[in-house]
Amino acid sequence: MMAWIVVFIAALWGGDLSAAPTIDGGEKQPLNVPAIIMFLVFVALTLGITKWAASRSSTRKDFYTAGGAITGRQNGLAIAGDYMSAASFLGISGLVYRDGYDGLIYSIGFLVGWPIIMFLIAEPLRNLGRFTFADVVSYRLGQIQVRCLAASGTLVVVAFYLIAQMVGAGKLIELLFGLDYAWAVLIVGILMVSYVAFGGMLATTWVQLIKAVLLLCGATFMAVAALAYFSFNPEIMFKEAVAAHPAGGSIMEPGQQVKDPLDAVSLGIALMFGTAGLPHILMRFFTVKDAQEARKSVLYATGFIAYFYILTFIIGFSAIALLARDPSFFTNLANEPLHIINHLSGGTNMVAVHLAEAVGGSLFLGFISAVAFATILAVVSGLTLSGAAAISHDLYATVIARNKATESREVLISKLSTLVLGVIAILLGIVFEHQNVAFMVGLAFAVAASTNFPILLLSITWSKLTTRGAVWGGFSGLVAAISLVVLSPTVWVDVLGNDAPIVSFKNPAIFSMPLAFFMAWLMSITDRSRRGEMDRAAFDEQNVRSQVGIGVAEASSH
Amino acid sequence: MSQAHIDQVRQHEKYKILVERRRKFSLKLSAIILVIYFGYILLLAFMPSVLAQPVAPGMIMTIGIPAGLLVILSVIVLTTVYVARANKEFDPLIKEITEDLK
Repeated sequence: MMAWIVVFIAALWGGDLSAAPTIDGGEKQPLNVPAIIMFLVFVALTLGITKWAASRSSTRKDFYTAGGAITGRQNGLAIAGDYMSAASFLGISGLVYRDGYDGLIYSIGFLVGWPIIMFLIAEPLRNLGRFTFADVVSYRLGQIQVRCLAASGTLVVVAFYLIAQMVGAGKLIELLFGLDYAWAVLIVGILMVSYVAFGGMLATTWVQLIKAVLLLCGATFMAVAALAYFSFNPEIMFKEAVAAHPAGGSIMEPGQQVKDPLDAVSLGIALMFGTAGLPHILMRFFTVKDAQEARKSVLYATGFIAYFYILTFIIGFSAIALLARDPSFFTNLANEPLHIINHLSGGTNMVAVHLAEAVGGSLFLGFISAVAFATILAVVSGLTLSGAAAISHDLYATVIARNKATESREVLISKLSTLVLGVIAILLGIVFEHQNVAFMVGLAFAVAASTNFPILLLSITWSKLTTRGAVWGGFSGLVAAISLVVLSPTVWVDVLGNDAPIVSFKNPAIFSMPLAFFMAWLMSITDRSRRGEMDRAAFDEQNVRSQVGIGVAEASSH
Repeated sequence: MSQAHIDQVRQHEKYKILVERRRKFSLKLSAIILVIYFGYILLLAFMPSVLAQPVAPGMIMTIGIPAGLLVILSVIVLTTVYVARANKEFDPLIKEITEDLK
């Protein structure tokens, strides 16, 4: 399998060599040989790991949670890796380069969800669940209804997130490696399916770990090397950046990002609570052995992520000053006065990549390009695995087979789901090539904050939550979040081409999340059904286990 | 778990202490991070000029930069504080409860 894919990729690049000197529309870069070699080394290594992981992944527990044998520190790094996507590495450094201070506001939003996960979610999640967060929500509630809800929440989040990543991947790889968009999407899809279907969570985790280490090392080197140009004095860096940037001193101030208070708070809610509802992140907590390790995972993840965002901020700001010094990073065909944003070759997503070349030469450029590609692969693999688990564990094993499926059959279904999700991801990636998909990550966070997070939190902490309440709460949040985004300027005007939006704000979470909580509350307290009685009565037992973890060991061995 | 076993745990003195202390602690820390973060966001939205002030006269760096870094630092401090207390106080309590009831 490994040899086949390497040959396949080599053939693709070989076939592309003749086309390389002609750069499509000034976008596609010439073939980047060191980057390709380093990327092939990464692929060879990760496929080797996949082969090793495949030999150790036979049971359901192996497939979904790497046998529960990942340590807290490893898991923290893997979680940070899931979070340090190409979008946050290239996207946020590009945002800082373009808007200055506003980029930091985004980073902070992505970080503040972690304490909430630590204080309210991580330990009960580990104590109550086995493979998916639906295990926790359905612990005492009606299996069928709740699993349908949780699987819907999972698949919607995974779908939007995955489309955004696939389209970003295709464009980025086209830029970095001079490879056609469709081929890039296809390669990402094939590698992702290989890791997940053959190696399960074990391979997915190790791919993520290797990439996280490479990315943290690469970004650290870049930030330190860049700071050296300013004698390690941030004030000098800011001064030169202000002098080089067309917006001047305003890059040091909060700007466009937060003009509308309602939108700003709403985005804050989505980022903070959405993090605590991302299925691929929640699933990682089942890969460690107990609540204590889950806690350690969050601590490490928070530290790595905070460190990483500080690096991207330095990278973005120093790039303003450093790239402006070298005209070769810009494409200024009409010989206008140089505009460091409009003329930047490849657009602002390429800021970190250009800076890599500026501070480390072409070999380091190759390294960062290869790491960016690896980052995409690792993140889409984690997403696909959590989507596959929702289909096989929540929908197939419980809803369709009514808990009568054998374990090996469930694993087979999840492997098939991985394949199907991979094919869908490739197709959607190609379909959405020319669409604006920037809103999709925001929507994924809004849905996670309005569906998964409320039902998860209430099922753990509120004894009066019933099945009816959870289903109403979760689905109202889901429907509200999606409808509000469709009617907002980002989709109604930018994607669907209408003249005016029906709702004026872009971020739905300030309405959809409270709605989910309210509906869950209302439909629970008015629930007089037999099922509702059972749900409430079962809370005490659940809470004992949630608090002290009694019974976790026995549960994870069946 | 049998109903008798559950009741036994729930009536255990240390269990009551654990649940109550941890609940208060989690809620307190959650409230702190919510106030810090949404305070920061509301400051950005309603009084951006405060954050746009230079940290010292004649400097380029604005108050917004250390303010943002402080939010990041508070995230790390709060999670560390939680883990430290959980390790020191809650884990031993849980261990005692499970051993008492073996």
